[in-house]
Amino acid sequence: MQVLVLAAVLGAMVWLVGNVQSNLERQNINSGFGFLSERAGFGINQTLIAYTEDDSFGRVVVVGLLNTLLVSGLGIFFATLLGFSLGVARLSRNWLISKIAMVYIEIFRNVPLLLQIMFWYFGVLRNLPSPRQALSVGDAMFMSNRGIVLPWLEAGAGAMWYGVALLGLAAGFFWLRRRTLKAKLTTGHSTRFWRPLLVLALALFGAAALMAGVPFALDVPQLKGFNFRGGLTVIPEFVALLLALSLYTAAFIAEIVRAGINSVNKGQREAAAALGLPERVALRLVVLPQALRVIIPPLTSQYLNLTKNSSLAVAIAYPDIVSVLAGTTLSQVGQALEIIFVTMMIYLSLSLLTSWAMNRYNQRMAFVGNNT
Amino acid sequence: MSAKTWIPTPARPAPANTVGFVGWARENLFATKLDSALTLVCAALIIYLLDVVFGWAIVDASFSGEDRNACLKQVQGACWPFIDAKLGQFIYGRYPEMERWRVDWVFALGLIGLVPLLMPKVGFKRANVIFMLGFYPLFAFFMLTGGRFGLAPVDTSDWGGLLVTLVVAVTGIVGSLPLGILLALGRRSELPIVRALCVGFIEIFRGVPLITVLFMASVMLPLFLPDGVNFDKLMRCLIGVALFASAYMAEVVRGGLQAIPKGQYEAAAALGLGYWKTTRLIILPQALKLVIPGIVNTFIGLFKDTTLVLIVGLFDLLGIVQLHFTDSTWATPETHITGYAFAAFVFWVFCFAMSRYSIFMEKHLSTDPNQ
Repeated sequence: MQVLVLAAVLGAMVWLVGNVQSNLERQNINSGFGFLSERAGFGINQTLIAYTEDDSFGRVVVVGLLNTLLVSGLGIFFATLLGFSLGVARLSRNWLISKIAMVYIEIFRNVPLLLQIMFWYFGVLRNLPSPRQALSVGDAMFMSNRGIVLPWLEAGAGAMWYGVALLGLAAGFFWLRRRTLKAKLTTGHSTRFWRPLLVLALALFGAAALMAGVPFALDVPQLKGFNFRGGLTVIPEFVALLLALSLYTAAFIAEIVRAGINSVNKGQREAAAALGLPERVALRLVVLPQALRVIIPPLTSQYLNLTKNSSLAVAIAYPDIVSVLAGTTLSQVGQALEIIFVTMMIYLSLSLLTSWAMNRYNQRMAFVGNNT
Repeated sequence: MSAKTWIPTPARPAPANTVGFVGWARENLFATKLDSALTLVCAALIIYLLDVVFGWAIVDASFSGEDRNACLKQVQGACWPFIDAKLGQFIYGRYPEMERWRVDWVFALGLIGLVPLLMPKVGFKRANVIFMLGFYPLFAFFMLTGGRFGLAPVDTSDWGGLLVTLVVAVTGIVGSLPLGILLALGRRSELPIVRALCVGFIEIFRGVPLITVLFMASVMLPLFLPDGVNFDKLMRCLIGVALFASAYMAEVVRGGLQAIPKGQYEAAAALGLGYWKTTRLIILPQALKLVIPGIVNTFIGLFKDTTLVLIVGLFDLLGIVQLHFTDSTWATPETHITGYAFAAFVFWVFCFAMSRYSIFMEKHLSTDPNQ
């Protein structure tokens, strides 16, 4: 039986590969991944690393991947924030707040994401006035149909010292946290945490300032001719995609959070109340930690969905991996097989990586010393 | 001395501020100072939003007119005449106007078959399923494509709008069900090679976005087929969507299979039933019934995902709305928003109805006595 299945699958594969070979030969399509080192020759309107038209297709892949990661990472952050707030609001004793959260959830999760992306992009952001009549917030932040321009800190020479100080602070944070946890477990007393951290921060940044002075300059955008100069320009494609992804996924996360909180035994809340914990503290220390165990697995799949959904960028030409690779590169090189394969592999590895990380976290959150 | 009956004084009514609307409001809206403040802020927000939406959709909107001039007022809300003028296109796409009755028949017959199927109380389920899975697809196929029985052929490139949305979603779900069941059975199989193949297929398709699968179907599929064999674009998308959906369906069905107690397998084995008979007669009927809500939820996701076919050049409802924005007779600043609002409303009605149905079935199928 197994041999038969295996033979059938292998046979089908041989047949398909044969077809592919004869088709490729007939249509004169190159094969192999040589194109990755060839000159790309097209521009990309948002790059996190230096990129010019003369760079290779390989670099295009990296640029696209970073853009995907940027929009997914920020999307996950905002969706989680909004989703948790909505989920808690949905369970609020206040009737009005609970109903508002419900209406939000029912509207946003029942309308296709692509429609929402297009609504924000073509319906709202591209309908904004031109840069000359841009909406401005305090003459520092401008919104126009070319995107949003924000003031930005321009880092000069020596900014590296501040980076080192930041790393030192992070290390100090983790060391202090371990120390306090250990002290709490062995002696039961809380030790100081925030005050030494503050002292450390002052010392580190003071040292950095002594070494390098203040190598930062505020870069405020200004209207020059038909567009803005200076500042940080956020392209409208990015804003539309980020907005739609966060608002859409937040609705799903809210439902997950609600189910998670509901799954915590009512007795836990009552016990917390009997111990005299205020409702807020009970939610933070008693209910949420237990709810998280139920919440995390479906939350992981929502994060993965968001990352995969960011591929809808191709519809509004935000330069994510699918858009630059399966869109522009494919139309220039024509090697559908290799390009789709690379795109799929990138998403597969992202998925596997995320679920691995979340599983690790999940193991740590699971019951410790469960006797039942 | 006559017997005295003790007549209790009637209970005093509850304090006025704890019953009726006032009591309800005190409890649910103004329980604490913070609650009162939040309630007032929310109420203000709701009134503002309602004012904006109502003003845009009704007060400042245009309702009749032949072209863009109807929608160029100083303060312009929605441009409903645009929807009115294009409604035929939004439902049928470029399907020839003379032949649209064929689409109507397919819609109507589908509805007639589907409604009793969805109501748990109505009988004839077996006959209905045979009708919907056996006769109806053939009927719909010949009616829509034509070219036989004296019907004029209609090329699939002329299909569009809601028709394409429904065709892609329904074919996707119907096609993915048998494949998903096989994959789910394969994943729980004891044969390692079969299991590995099924796990690989499921995890690969669940790990990549639908859009890459559609790209694959539209640019790679022609490469995989021998010279001269080719499907049209709609067919290629349908294959891609069905493969993609089957991976999700497999996981839903697996959930149902896992919920079947071991005793059912053992009882079937004790009766002398083999693997296929056990699966077909004992396990699947119970498991599939359990996962009806899951199937409906997968269908909702798929229904929303059908909009992606516009990226590979088919015109579903959203695609056709998007296409008609370029029509210069209707080019106004409000056309985009009006079109999106219409499309969003149609999708929302479908998805919301289905999600309510899924909740209803969940309650209906639940054997938990506490609910």
